[in-house]
Amino acid sequence: MSERSDITLTINGRAHAIRVEPRRTLVDAIREDCGQTGTHIGCEHGVCGACTVLVDGEPVRSCLTLAVQAAGREIRTVEGLANGDELNPLQRAFMEHHGLQCGFCTPGFLMLVTGVLEREPDISDDDLVDVLSSNLCRCTGYQNIVKAVRAAAAQMRR
Amino acid sequence: MNAPTKDSGLAWVGRAIRRVEDPALLAGHGRFTADLPAALRVRFVRSPVAAGRIERIAIPEGANVVTAADLAALKPIMPALHKFGYVPIAQPVLASGCVRFVGEPIAAAVAASEAQAEDIADAVSVDIAASAAVIDAGAALADGAPLVHAQAAGNLVVEGKVETAGFAAAQGAAHRLIAIELRSRRQNATPLEARAGHAAFDPVSGRVTLTCATQMPHLLRTAIADLIGMPEGELRVVAPDVGGGFGQKMSLVPEYVVLVWLARKLKSSVAWTEDRRENLIASFHSRDQSVRLQGAFAADAKLLALSAEVVANVGAYSCYPTTCAVEPLMAMAELPGPYDVRAYACVARGVLTNTCPMAPYRGVSRPVITTALERLMDAAAAEFGMEPVEIRRRNLIEKFPYTSVTGLIFDAGSYQQTLEIAAAAIDVPAFRRRQQQARSQRRYLGIGFAAFSERTGYGTPAFAARGMGVTLGWETVELAMDPSGWVEVRIGASPHGQGLRTTIAQLVADELGLAPDRIKVVHGDTDRTPYGWGTFASRSLVIAGGASVLAARKVRAKLKKIASHLMEAAADDIVLTDGVARVAGTDRALPIETLARAAYHQVHLFKGEIDPAICETATYDPPGTFSNACHACIVEVDPETGRVTIARFVVAEDAGRLVNPMIVDGQIVGGVAQGIGNALLEEIVYDEGGNILTATLADFLPPTSREMPPIELLHLETLDGTTITQAKGLGEGGAIGAPAAVLNAINDALAPFGVTIEEMPATPRRIRAALRQATKKPR
Repeated sequence: MSERSDITLTINGRAHAIRVEPRRTLVDAIREDCGQTGTHIGCEHGVCGACTVLVDGEPVRSCLTLAVQAAGREIRTVEGLANGDELNPLQRAFMEHHGLQCGFCTPGFLMLVTGVLEREPDISDDDLVDVLSSNLCRCTGYQNIVKAVRAAAAQMRR
Repeated sequence: MNAPTKDSGLAWVGRAIRRVEDPALLAGHGRFTADLPAALRVRFVRSPVAAGRIERIAIPEGANVVTAADLAALKPIMPALHKFGYVPIAQPVLASGCVRFVGEPIAAAVAASEAQAEDIADAVSVDIAASAAVIDAGAALADGAPLVHAQAAGNLVVEGKVETAGFAAAQGAAHRLIAIELRSRRQNATPLEARAGHAAFDPVSGRVTLTCATQMPHLLRTAIADLIGMPEGELRVVAPDVGGGFGQKMSLVPEYVVLVWLARKLKSSVAWTEDRRENLIASFHSRDQSVRLQGAFAADAKLLALSAEVVANVGAYSCYPTTCAVEPLMAMAELPGPYDVRAYACVARGVLTNTCPMAPYRGVSRPVITTALERLMDAAAAEFGMEPVEIRRRNLIEKFPYTSVTGLIFDAGSYQQTLEIAAAAIDVPAFRRRQQQARSQRRYLGIGFAAFSERTGYGTPAFAARGMGVTLGWETVELAMDPSGWVEVRIGASPHGQGLRTTIAQLVADELGLAPDRIKVVHGDTDRTPYGWGTFASRSLVIAGGASVLAARKVRAKLKKIASHLMEAAADDIVLTDGVARVAGTDRALPIETLARAAYHQVHLFKGEIDPAICETATYDPPGTFSNACHACIVEVDPETGRVTIARFVVAEDAGRLVNPMIVDGQIVGGVAQGIGNALLEEIVYDEGGNILTATLADFLPPTSREMPPIELLHLETLDGTTITQAKGLGEGGAIGAPAAVLNAINDALAPFGVTIEEMPATPRRIRAALRQATKKPR
């Protein structure tokens, strides 16, 4: 299908020069062209949020974004959260509060929450539940995800 | 015997240690099937019609497209069951001659990229002469209905019947007969990772490695090798990180057979990643059952006799290994639940339709039968003018072991106690006062209970009784200590989110006196683990955990023997603790790694009395055990909109010893969330022609954080030695009890209107429809 474009995707500060079809979604480009498989695909129609990444600081559904739209913008994925082997406070809070079971939806939740807490560190508990309702988890029943995020938010405010 | 959570007296069992699974998953280093690169990608061409004859498949010139004609040498999928008139049903790996449901795979398009494979699949044209389809089980059972499979007369694939001696007399002696009819609509288990498979041919060994999202790697290897007619040794199945299963990934997937066949034929690597639409349409479905119950009650509200009629829509084919009979037959065996009833009659039918095949889903039938039985109890309580808690109090079993009317043996549990602590926690009298006050303000609150048992951890005796072609059940564990003193536990179970690498390490740690971080649990690779059955039916911690403990005890005995030689002490005087073998009552001690090294490098010291190396195998095949629980919830129903809000949800649970309480709570809350989805939200809808109207997650609605109330958890621990670890399974209980508690609460809220809802999900539309029929004006 049609011509390919040469674009550069900047993921977690590293530039990836890739050649993609215009129809290539951002998540496919991140996973297959840039080899960053921590971002997952859950529905490919923008509901489940497993593919959530940050583009210029905003959480986006990378399954509903075209790779060419993200060219030249700052993309952050789950692989960029930890400092080497050291998990960041949000990741540690998920572990501490058992906020994951199979772990498939987890990268999407982590990126969603990272974006939201950077923008709104004092978000209310109730608004937080609303924000978290934009992603689906089938294992945990959310209770421990909510706990983990509240704990991480409190820690980050300190 | 069952005081709330107590100290296990063990160093690691009973502690909420953090999961070893987590760091990689949190860092984005999880390894899921779709993460693997592949030379070739597959897209399946699926049937757009529910029933018909394939007349022509036109393949674009030069395209690599595989159809049933290419797979003529392969056997069809045909699971066996030798009971209750089960009619064997064959499913060709790719549709051959005819199609029987929308979404049935017809052809596989192969190309260098997913996008190209999709383009080719779109260009394949299939001419199908459509014929009349049957979608609903009632329609399929009607006289003259079109047959889904010619050999299954009346579309009946299995019919279980049971009636105890003297049933009619017992029923006739009743003070009151109370009937209920419940329907649970069709669902999809919806793991966040849909199905995915990757088959890679190795030119050196000639073997194929199938990496896939499965709950049962060994059985999948056997089944695929059988169908293709290849030696099983030429196939390796790997379950890497698997993104949830809930039963949907425990059956043989025809698409995986095609992948293995392609990898062998093309001598390449071939991958397929299911998309969500395919998953909702063509992966396995679940539930879609109707239950009619009649309870015969004595004047004191004791249940004297129970009769049941179960109709399970099983879809178009039968899943391997359980067969599609698993749902109706489990319903028949377990319907009396935790109630002491001695007269029982049941007819349970499995009905073929032109819909997606069914497979087990968390709870398997029990969410439906529990809801039916618990609705019956509430209906009876209302007739007798007593509280729901009181009628349960009078009927729950309390003496153990209890042999049920269907012959199931209930080991000790806390059925009465979990009811009482759940009722106390939710404070029924205070709620009734609030309920009355609210009604005066035209607000409608309701309370609902669900008391139930969860049969778990059963081995071959239970499976043999089912009469399946494959008798599942045992687990074997191989436990090796290497010369550095590190332990590897190789298990046949195949966890996918349950945290079994952590909990099994805790169990083994206590047996060997080591820290859990010295113990690595290996699973999900048929080349690396002993043959086993995988993870489903709340079995893995009980059975694989039990086998791990047995193997660890053998290793412990060997370590003590080695220590006794090295320290010149009696083996019985050696204590293994904190990574050290100590001679009791002395200061003599050796690190366990010294014993391990000696077992490999200093065997001459043992004078032929101890075999070299440390590797022990053990098998555990238990009869099974019952967990029990009581759920209690409070809802508010808005009569204007039909919206249901869950205000409180209490779970009082007894699963024996809690190996890791944090993981236990996670399993329960996750199960309750799925049960709430069943009760309120999730429904796969077909139109009359067999097209699915709910093919996206905007139409099929798993709960989000917004729908979930806080879940309040209470634990009892009945320890009676039924299982090696004293732990009982608990993976399904949340999903089994929650629908009943929610539906009972909704009906309690609707009581002033004189209407009931006996259908799940109890959507706003259904509640409004019921309220429009209301004859009573609420007080």
